[in-house]
Amino acid sequence: MDVVWLARLQFSLTVMFHFLFPPISIGLAFLIFLLETARWRTGRDVYRRASDLWIKVFAVTFVVGVASGIVMEFEFGTNWASYSRFVGDVFGAPLAAEGVFAFFLESGFVGLLVLGRRRISSFVRWLSSLLIALGTVLSAFWILVANSWMQTPAGYRLVSGHAELTDFWAAVFNASTLPRLAHTVAASACMGAFLMAGVGAWYYLKGRGSDVARVTLRLGTVMALIASLLSFATGDRHAKQVAHTQHAKFAAMEGLWTTQKGAPLILFSLPPTQQAPREGPEFLITRLTSWLAFGNFEAPVVGLRAFPLQDWPPVAVTFLSFHNMVIVGNLLLLLSLIGVLLLWRGRLERAHGWQRVMVWAIPLPMLAIQLGWLTAEVGRQPWIVYGVLRTRDAVSKVVGAPALLLSIGLFAALDVLLGALWLYLLRREIVHGPEAAGAPAAEVSHVA
Amino acid sequence: MSLETAWFLLVGLLLAGYAVLDGLDLGAGMLHLFVARDDRERRQVINAVGPVWDGNEVWLLTGGGAIFAAFPRVYATVFSGLYLALMLVLAALVLRAVCLEFRSKLPAPGWRRAWDGAFAVSSFLPSLLFGVAVGNLLRGLPLDGEQEFAGTFLGLLNPFALLAGLLSVAMFLVQGAAWLALKCEGPVRERARAWARGAWLAFVGLWVVATVYSRLALPQAWRAFGNPLAWLAPLGFVAALAGYRVLLAGRRPAVALLLSSAAIALLWVVVGLGLYPALVPALGSGMPLTVANAASSPLTLRVMLIVALVGMPFVIAYTIYIYRRFQGPVRLDEHSY
Repeated sequence: MDVVWLARLQFSLTVMFHFLFPPISIGLAFLIFLLETARWRTGRDVYRRASDLWIKVFAVTFVVGVASGIVMEFEFGTNWASYSRFVGDVFGAPLAAEGVFAFFLESGFVGLLVLGRRRISSFVRWLSSLLIALGTVLSAFWILVANSWMQTPAGYRLVSGHAELTDFWAAVFNASTLPRLAHTVAASACMGAFLMAGVGAWYYLKGRGSDVARVTLRLGTVMALIASLLSFATGDRHAKQVAHTQHAKFAAMEGLWTTQKGAPLILFSLPPTQQAPREGPEFLITRLTSWLAFGNFEAPVVGLRAFPLQDWPPVAVTFLSFHNMVIVGNLLLLLSLIGVLLLWRGRLERAHGWQRVMVWAIPLPMLAIQLGWLTAEVGRQPWIVYGVLRTRDAVSKVVGAPALLLSIGLFAALDVLLGALWLYLLRREIVHGPEAAGAPAAEVSHVA
Repeated sequence: MSLETAWFLLVGLLLAGYAVLDGLDLGAGMLHLFVARDDRERRQVINAVGPVWDGNEVWLLTGGGAIFAAFPRVYATVFSGLYLALMLVLAALVLRAVCLEFRSKLPAPGWRRAWDGAFAVSSFLPSLLFGVAVGNLLRGLPLDGEQEFAGTFLGLLNPFALLAGLLSVAMFLVQGAAWLALKCEGPVRERARAWARGAWLAFVGLWVVATVYSRLALPQAWRAFGNPLAWLAPLGFVAALAGYRVLLAGRRPAVALLLSSAAIALLWVVVGLGLYPALVPALGSGMPLTVANAASSPLTLRVMLIVALVGMPFVIAYTIYIYRRFQGPVRLDEHSY
């Protein structure tokens, strides 16, 4: 068994499983903050009950995110010891900073908000939701700094076989950090919003259209459109950055083989092989890739054949994941646009057809997110640090295939168990639904 | 003091913080099957650790990140060398992280018993293996000329390391029992106090054996004690432990908890004195990992020092605030686990 391949399999398993949860946490934390702001400013009980429901959903998701994230912090050292020696001088700092600036903040105030709501004032409750939302974004920032440095390394020099930091801020704000952060956070907001809208829609379909369901459905729908639009804008910005800084990756994403001026945009084609594009039906828009990437219809775009074969990423996976991500993104934009139009016409709560689609659309942002990360990480190959260190030179020399297989088996079993239980408990929490209206006196007077 | 030594101390501080704080909930996790007998008592224990365990564990994550940043070669060598042991710890920590939240979601007794068992096992395994790891570090790892691990998994299970593993279990039991004596009431508190006495005896006994063993077999770990000042740490440790026993009997669990925390921190100082200037001594003729040859560049260490000095005061401030919000014995309400 090839150790490099096994180490990659294990890391992708860890990361892809882990990244099912943070986008939901990031998205929901922001939406809970909005609900909390409404509750704190207006004092209306419906916002408290909506917030209580979503805090429960957030808590069960957050905890699996924490659990699956623990492994990542150490897997660079266990599986990629040669990488760790090579980049530790630059790469370790953002991981430590994530702990100091984000993990402590999130864990502390999640504990307070989930278990301590009886012990804090209305203001501290609101403040906790703000600090949690801030913590999730800070956490995303620092881990994406680390990831972005692998994609577009900066602020370092090579000294006797390893990277040494020369400029901290140049390393932190390397070419891809901010585009990646913006796109990741927008996509996470999209995930949270579609979850909320889909759950709200489900309550209406089941004839459980309470005041909380209404707030949930409306907030989710409006935010779904805003977040979908932002995902598009930030995605465009991020793709432009890839076109400027990672030529082979961009060529694989777009399926461009020869360097050409006025490169077309391939909307649809059969997936390419590692040797050549596949013959068959295709649908192109001439010169559009040049314009999208460089703002000029005649701009030259480098094709894959400009690179030696050993520097190519796996073309089919990069091409397919990128194109399918864009297709799913378009679908999300369309669905949320219809939703906002229905809301504008006052028909959102009765639009059962659209509601049914929205329930099934809940996993779609997650699909787009996972496809997007496949594009980013597979497109980076064969490099672990783009253009600097190859993935095959980065593995631990002392960890053999049997140990890897054993731990892959262990964590695959654990991931399946946790994933299944998470889905089950999430569904249960949603089916159980919000607390019924009417208990506190303040709410009664408001309804009257 | 050199930057490298400052980071040796800071990494030690983060890991000591982890041992003191996660010691509370690892200990409580191991004890809860024995000190709590029905669901209501279990929930007392679980809600004593529920709001704080995650924050406590962040000390480990941050410690791991700090080792990566400050001593990348230690991070690479130790974690790849101790691969299987670390994977077991991580699997246990993953499982442990979801136990409390998942347990509370369903009332079925079988479901709850299963998570109670999982919580106990996944608290015990890391407690044991952390001690095994520290024991191996004190003893020295088999390293080759490239500072790569050259030993085997079974070689890590040597007598001194296993002794250190048991010592660490006893230490966390002492800490967890004091926490439960402070946070719980009624029969749970009484049982926690009884367990605290037993764990204390085991801790003291194992510590004496480990000390004698190291005196006979690990002379390199005693070099620092040529300096009389170094003896302050073990003396303070003994005094804190003695005080713990007296105050717990005198029904002052809060002070007893502070003293067991001090004892854990001082034991870390003893371990640090035994290691310095190495982070990973080499067995035989291999090349050890020391503060001098394993540290990052001065720029990275300086940047990280600024991160720590800017960030940690806030962390400590709001951690104290959150602990104070949950001050006093556990009260179950509708939001509790």
